[in-house]
Amino acid sequence: MANSDYKTIVKDGLWDNNGVFSMLLGMCPAMAMTTSATNGFGMGLATAVVMAASSWLVAIFRNRITTEVRIPVYILIVAAMVTVVDLGMNAWMHELYKVLGLFIPLIVSNCLPLARLEAFAAKQPPVSALLDGLFMGLGFTIALTAIGAVREIIGSGTLFADASLLLGPTFKVIEMRLLPADMGVLMMILPPGGFIVTGLLVVVKRLLDLRAGKEIQMTGAHAV
Amino acid sequence: MRDFALMMIGAALVNNVILARFLGLCSFMGVTTRVDTAAGMGLATTFVITVSSMADWAVQHYLLDAYGLGFLRTVTFILVIASAVQFTEMTIKKVSPKLFQMLGIYLPLITTNCAVLGVALLLVEGKMGFMSSTMFAFASSVGYSLVMIIFAGLRERLALVQVPRLFAGPPIAFIVAGMLAMAFMGFSGIATS
Repeated sequence: MANSDYKTIVKDGLWDNNGVFSMLLGMCPAMAMTTSATNGFGMGLATAVVMAASSWLVAIFRNRITTEVRIPVYILIVAAMVTVVDLGMNAWMHELYKVLGLFIPLIVSNCLPLARLEAFAAKQPPVSALLDGLFMGLGFTIALTAIGAVREIIGSGTLFADASLLLGPTFKVIEMRLLPADMGVLMMILPPGGFIVTGLLVVVKRLLDLRAGKEIQMTGAHAV
Repeated sequence: MRDFALMMIGAALVNNVILARFLGLCSFMGVTTRVDTAAGMGLATTFVITVSSMADWAVQHYLLDAYGLGFLRTVTFILVIASAVQFTEMTIKKVSPKLFQMLGIYLPLITTNCAVLGVALLLVEGKMGFMSSTMFAFASSVGYSLVMIIFAGLRERLALVQVPRLFAGPPIAFIVAGMLAMAFMGFSGIATS
């Protein structure tokens, strides 16, 4: 029984209930940090680490946290994890840290981790919670990388530019130039592009779900 | 005085919190289905942003800087913001139970509205004085409320329009928001900051 449960958690996190494309949570970094695929990837991974760690911690203490003070406690746990990631990235991935800047501390106020803590980790055993946090985070990473890739390809014609600089020299191989430099549509890199690409990618996800014979979700997690 | 005015216009329109900095998008998408809810949310958030920025400035200045505790910034700021939100929630519940009901889950979620923490962090980065940071925070949140109300108006119209099924709901809203962002880019000549 546990096995199929874990499978659902993984599938929900990565695709069915994807934080960005289905639940429409965590939109701020999903648009602000996706001017390139590399930035989106880095931001997504940082969020995934925070989500996995805080889900696990909340699940451990779930019987001790009373309902009245649960939100402050959750936020403090997330804030502590974010501080750890913040300092860690500053030390070991300084280039990426400089690019992501403001949005690393802002993981605290990302709705996605808090929503998962409230909806999932508060009621589940630590292992499931850890998995849920991890895969929700990875789903988030996939979404951010996808948005970033589309914006980067159309906007500046490259894909994963600067990956070696930001993530480490091993990532040199994935740097690509798909279009000549002067073909870029600047609008895609600027704020409006973020909104439009995200909107279109939600449509793409619905289309794929429809192809697979699934009901498409007409609304996000909150009644839109 | 002139500097102040320019800075405030810059914060409200040119570097709009939602459309240029991408902060507070959850509430931007979540509570803009009706104009009155959006206005209520805008008002509550304006209050929280202004109050918490003032408190955060004091905390940063007299506590974190004074004792070299910079690494605790995220944790302390979020605590200050959470208390400000709790305070606002109690006030609204007392003053206007109807608004309280309409805002529902989004009221406690102001805590995790990135606009609040984002503005506070921008202020720290900008190393502004007390007066200018309060003005900046207030102007930013007025810009936030303005965009919330405009967008809610657009969405009220959008609800009546025939949209292809695949685009219905959030996707078309995102695309409209993109266009609104383009329109706001027109402000970029007014003030630079």
